Amino acid sequence: MTEPTTRQRIRFYQTGTHTVGNRLLDETKRTVQASMARANAITSGHRACQGCGEALGARYALDSVMRATDGQMVAINATGCLEVFTTPYPETSWQIPWLHSLFGNAPAVATGVAAALRVKGRDGVRVIAQGGDGGTTDIGFGCLSGMFERNDDVLYICYDNEGYMNTGVQRSSATPPTARTATTPALGEQPGNVFGTGKNLPLIAMAHNIPYVATASVADLHDLEAKVSKAMSFRGARYIHIMVPCPLGWGSAADATIRIARMAVESGFFPLFEAEYGEITASNKIRRRVPVSEYLKLQRRFAHLFKKGPDGEEDTEGLDRLQKMADANIARFNLLDDGIAQGTS
Amino acid sequence: MLKQLEGSQAVAEAVAFCRPEVVCAYPITPQTHIVEGVGALVKAGTLENCEYINVESEFAALSVAIGASAAGARAYTATASQGLLFMAEAVYNAAGLGLPIVMTIGNRAIGAPINIWNDHTDSMSMKDSGWIQLFAENNQEAVDLHIQAFRLAEELSCPVMVCMDGFILTHAYERIDVPAQEEVDAFLPPFEPVQVLDPVEPYSIGAMVGPDAFTEVRYLAHDKQLQALRLIPEIAEVFKDVFGRESGGLLHPYRTEDAETVVIALGSVNGTIKEVIDQMRDDGAAIGSLSICSFRPFPYQAIAAALAGAKRVVVIEKSLAPGHGGMVASDVRMALGQKDIPVYTAIAGLGGRPITAASLMEVFTAAAEDRLPDMQFLDLDYAAVEHEIARARATRRSGPTAENVLRQLSPRHPAAKI
Ligand SMILES: Cc1ncc(C[n+]2csc(CCOP(=O)(O)OP(=O)(O)O)c2C)c(N)n1
Ligand code: SF4
Ligand SMILES: [Mg+2]
Repeated sequence: MTEPTTRQRIRFYQTGTHTVGNRLLDETKRTVQASMARANAITSGHRACQGCGEALGARYALDSVMRATDGQMVAINATGCLEVFTTPYPETSWQIPWLHSLFGNAPAVATGVAAALRVKGRDGVRVIAQGGDGGTTDIGFGCLSGMFERNDDVLYICYDNEGYMNTGVQRSSATPPTARTATTPALGEQPGNVFGTGKNLPLIAMAHNIPYVATASVADLHDLEAKVSKAMSFRGARYIHIMVPCPLGWGSAADATIRIARMAVESGFFPLFEAEYGEITASNKIRRRVPVSEYLKLQRRFAHLFKKGPDGEEDTEGLDRLQKMADANIARFNLLDDGIAQGTS
Repeated sequence: MLKQLEGSQAVAEAVAFCRPEVVCAYPITPQTHIVEGVGALVKAGTLENCEYINVESEFAALSVAIGASAAGARAYTATASQGLLFMAEAVYNAAGLGLPIVMTIGNRAIGAPINIWNDHTDSMSMKDSGWIQLFAENNQEAVDLHIQAFRLAEELSCPVMVCMDGFILTHAYERIDVPAQEEVDAFLPPFEPVQVLDPVEPYSIGAMVGPDAFTEVRYLAHDKQLQALRLIPEIAEVFKDVFGRESGGLLHPYRTEDAETVVIALGSVNGTIKEVIDQMRDDGAAIGSLSICSFRPFPYQAIAAALAGAKRVVVIEKSLAPGHGGMVASDVRMALGQKDIPVYTAIAGLGGRPITAASLMEVFTAAAEDRLPDMQFLDLDYAAVEHEIARARATRRSGPTAENVLRQLSPRHPAAKI
């Protein structure tokens, strides 16, 4: 397990992925992906779009689980892009035992697998479940909450691309306000998704008092790996919510995925933090704060925020409100100073 | 060992003898006593090596069973009515994945209007899901069918529903020959899965299948059911060898030799039907009955053979397909093929309405004289429905139908009988 202090002490400024600094680390703390022995849980050849954040996030997350469990793992997948692009019959990208059942039941199926392994005395084999934001925050929410509440021995990973991408980019309860989706078009008085809606699943997960909750981003893959590894050091229900930009759904360049993810973190729009048993234990500090517009302007789903009105003036109300959301995150999760103890035990 | 037991308790004990490794529980009347019973056996340590999971919904109950079964554990759950509908997506999924889960259905009507009493609408809603559906005639058979169901499911790698009438069986205290653990162990080998999630041999289960192979995969699901047609009687034979009694099989014919009128039904109503047949036989009528134990797969050939000498068929049907009629009757007609004899349908016992021997006697007598309409509703209050139809025609805002009928039929509201 990586100590959180290694994430904080060494500043990886060199590249967007922050992985170049890897060689500065102790051998055991180096990134999983840099290892010759990495598992390649998802091999190449899948059908994800170019620049897909979900494909990237899933590979890093699962390879970390593979390392943490010495390959003794089973994965349950909800319906969604990740499921579809990895298993076009008769091919599969998965190098691990993997089961897809339905869109809304991955947490419950994982509970069943964990129960079976326990009863067979094989609980050295660990179980993860994974799904998109729609599968997690909406249709699978009941099963997820049940799995949390029973504290079943499952790590659930949500790949949050802020919409139902596999069905053609519709709004989910993880879609941010003002974002244009196929069901929240950029039309009318309040273009895009409306303010005052949506839910924060990491906080809801924390309210179940489960052993471990974390948010992560493909902008900081070393941090993502460390959090997944840490999650695997606990028994019981664990939740990791990973922000994964979707070039197709967000209207962004395929080569901008990491940059966009980083802007989300550095603007405070997507806070990175960890919690144990319902209490926040650490948050990742913003390194170079940027206004939220830096994040939004890279994506066509927010293009209407930057359009000039008929009077030639930019209506900044939407932007201002989104900036307020980011500011509130910065205050709430203490993203700027070191008010919250950085290290965890 | 003979015991006086509630049907649900007897089934709980039978299930426990089958050594399930994962049991998922969610309450719904009239099935609840079964999962409560299994839970008590787990808590007391009588049933060892079993994970008993209190889930948050029926959808989760079956999903947990899916995961458990895919990881190689013997998995069991039970439900009824709204619960079965709530898990519908997982019902199809379990069959599609070929997972040998056993599930009890304590048969109950489906709302609206909400109704907790017995009929077969719940099981019928899933008749084409790819599960094998076995219907128990009495509690002894319910016990025996569960033991057979695990063996059948695991031999085929196909899920099995054991359907038993809510309240009429689940809550009835009857004398049951409860099997011994050694007998069940002799009959039911340990579960040897055909596919299992295991890092030792990792593979992907539940991949997307396109038009290039989907038909073939579905054909194989059909073929599994056809194999079950052969296996169900075989397993019933082995069961007889071990336990010394007949139970299960495809059909139970009763006094069908030289019968001109044959009554067909599923489940517990066959008990009443047999009594009526005995009376009518005493009066010289050539009548018999067929209790269908295996509704899915539907035993077309066995039914055709059993009806070879029949001049007419009466299907007593505990569910209604609105706009269609009776689903069992449709299947029976298909079994008859070119044989052109009347198949009368009587929709009966909906939402727990008692099916009385007197009413059945009337129907069978009329049938024997070919005086029956193709389809009828047993003991329907025609005045009440006609009144409601007229009222709804006369008033646009006629209000909720169910409540109006209820008020009309309530003796406490005579004023409503306008
Ligand atoms: C019960 C059910 N409803 C709807 C669908 C259609 N569906 C499949 S994937 C999907 C979207 C998935 O969105 P998300 O979970 O966010 O994953 P993403 O594709 O964005 O990664 C939808 C709506 C389905 N398969 N099952
Ligand atoms: S639509 Fe988005 S999430 Fe789906 S494969 Fe393409 S980039 Fe990835
Ligand atoms: Mg999504």
